[in-house]
Amino acid sequence: MQNMRDEFGKALVELAAVRDDFVVLDADVAGGTGTYHFRKAYPDRFIQCAIAEQNMFSMAAGLAESGIIPIVTCYAVFASMRALEQARNSIAYPDFNVKIAASHLGLDVGPDGATHQALEDISIYRSIPNMTVVSPADPVEMRAILPHLLDTHGPLYLRTGRSPLPDVFDSNTVSEPGKAQVLTEGEDCTIMAVGGMVHRALQAAQKLAEEGIFCRVLNMSWLKPMDETAVIQAAKDTRAIVTCEDHNKYGGLGGAVMEIVCESHPVPVERVAIDDVFGSSGEPEDLAREYGLMPEDIAAAVRRVMKRK
Amino acid sequence: MDQPDYQELKDFAAELRKSIITMNCHAGSGHPGGSLSCVEVVSYLFAKEMNFSPENMDDPCRDRFILSKGHSCLTLYAALAEKGFFSKEEFKKLRHAGGMLQGHPDRIKTPGVEFNSGSLGQGFSFALGCALGAKRAERDNRTYVLLGDGELNEGQIWEGCMFGAHHKLDNIVAVVDYNKFQSDDLNENITALEPLSDKFKAFRWQVIEIDGHNFREIENAFYRARTTAGRPTIIIAHTVKGKGISYMENVPKWHGSLCPTGEERECALRECGCEEPI
Repeated sequence: MQNMRDEFGKALVELAAVRDDFVVLDADVAGGTGTYHFRKAYPDRFIQCAIAEQNMFSMAAGLAESGIIPIVTCYAVFASMRALEQARNSIAYPDFNVKIAASHLGLDVGPDGATHQALEDISIYRSIPNMTVVSPADPVEMRAILPHLLDTHGPLYLRTGRSPLPDVFDSNTVSEPGKAQVLTEGEDCTIMAVGGMVHRALQAAQKLAEEGIFCRVLNMSWLKPMDETAVIQAAKDTRAIVTCEDHNKYGGLGGAVMEIVCESHPVPVERVAIDDVFGSSGEPEDLAREYGLMPEDIAAAVRRVMKRK
Repeated sequence: MDQPDYQELKDFAAELRKSIITMNCHAGSGHPGGSLSCVEVVSYLFAKEMNFSPENMDDPCRDRFILSKGHSCLTLYAALAEKGFFSKEEFKKLRHAGGMLQGHPDRIKTPGVEFNSGSLGQGFSFALGCALGAKRAERDNRTYVLLGDGELNEGQIWEGCMFGAHHKLDNIVAVVDYNKFQSDDLNENITALEPLSDKFKAFRWQVIEIDGHNFREIENAFYRARTTAGRPTIIIAHTVKGKGISYMENVPKWHGSLCPTGEERECALRECGCEEPI
């Protein structure tokens, strides 16, 4: 069980030892995003931009123009809303090689409450042309895909996270970039999950297996471009889908999956997501229970969707 | 010693005004007022100050010009065409489907354009990134960024001012095209900017105030900026909106995206020295 933000910061330190082509930008939240590890190890490659996200995002585009890869870090609520227009017009539209890494996703933010809980960032970022959106399921996957993300030109929105997450992967099992990875096989239903919801999906699948319901679990870390082939194959093979995300039910993983399924192979879909309300203060686990994001909620959604087959 | 008469620069500026009015006529829209007010500053940068040409446009060591007041792109396009980045034939397709000249600058579609500006405040921050990037790469190129006075309403500008001073970016020069008008009215009636010079001084920028249509003052200002170490420079260029076309001068409606017609069109062409649009 490792903390996503700390592991992100440590992964940057490890990468910096072997490549000198990137810098890290911070908006005075290095303690929160985990980049304080990087600041300590590489102070010359850490650029303090202060609590001024709009300037930070457009300024990052200028750094990218100079041939440096800027990794812009802040909380997701500010990356996806405070500086959104800068992300669109300064970074995505001119297609600059800026990597935006956002921590503090969804209700997982916990006690800080609704102002700091980004429930809309997937929906927002996946609607911007040129933008890639990736949300790893655990620290192992994040470490494994970071070098690939830095090697690939173009604007990126990377969702890191905050809380400790159980390992979903060991270092040998991380999927190839761009692919939805099958974590468990089953023919009754497919559970598609993203980020911190992946381990809950696995717990739900395990519980359902005890009841004789066998689910395919897909890790949907590549939100855009999405692995459409894997989604359509799941629709064909299992004829029912449940999506899981710590995010508003509109426009996120569930919305993206339904777009593909409706267009290509319509099957029943149920969404485990936040029901278009704002969050509140509380421990992440308590909030997940209150807002219906626990493994038992996923299992209930599977049972519901199977009746619609 | 004879005082220079700046005739070459005056000729360059006259060509830009012809191109601006031409483009405005072809497009049937565009922002003539703020394009005309910055002609002398842009002329000086492209004809004298900057190391920037079609030959070095991909060289990381080139000087950068960022038009943060992107709506005044008629002036940028005029200067780029004058320097040979593309043919003046392109003027005919400005703001039309399939043309390379967009309603606001687009670095991917148009050679010589550095940034997709138009959303106010963002070009300034982008320029700060270019300047910081040059320092980090130990390149001695310089970055020039042109701001509108209305653009100073944006909070992002002041975020950038703090950033530029804190990081001691002495390789950037910002110019405010201070024509006193913004979209709907005088700055003074929208939100007062004065005391403007004091604001930038408080943000620890070197401030130089000039007549933005006087080449000698423009030249001296850029020289002072170039020879100042340890802090960024902002040149407050006092200008006349619509400069050079009598009936446009200091008339707010010529800020907007519109085109002279009838007698106004004839008068504009006559005053900038064109018989017909180029």
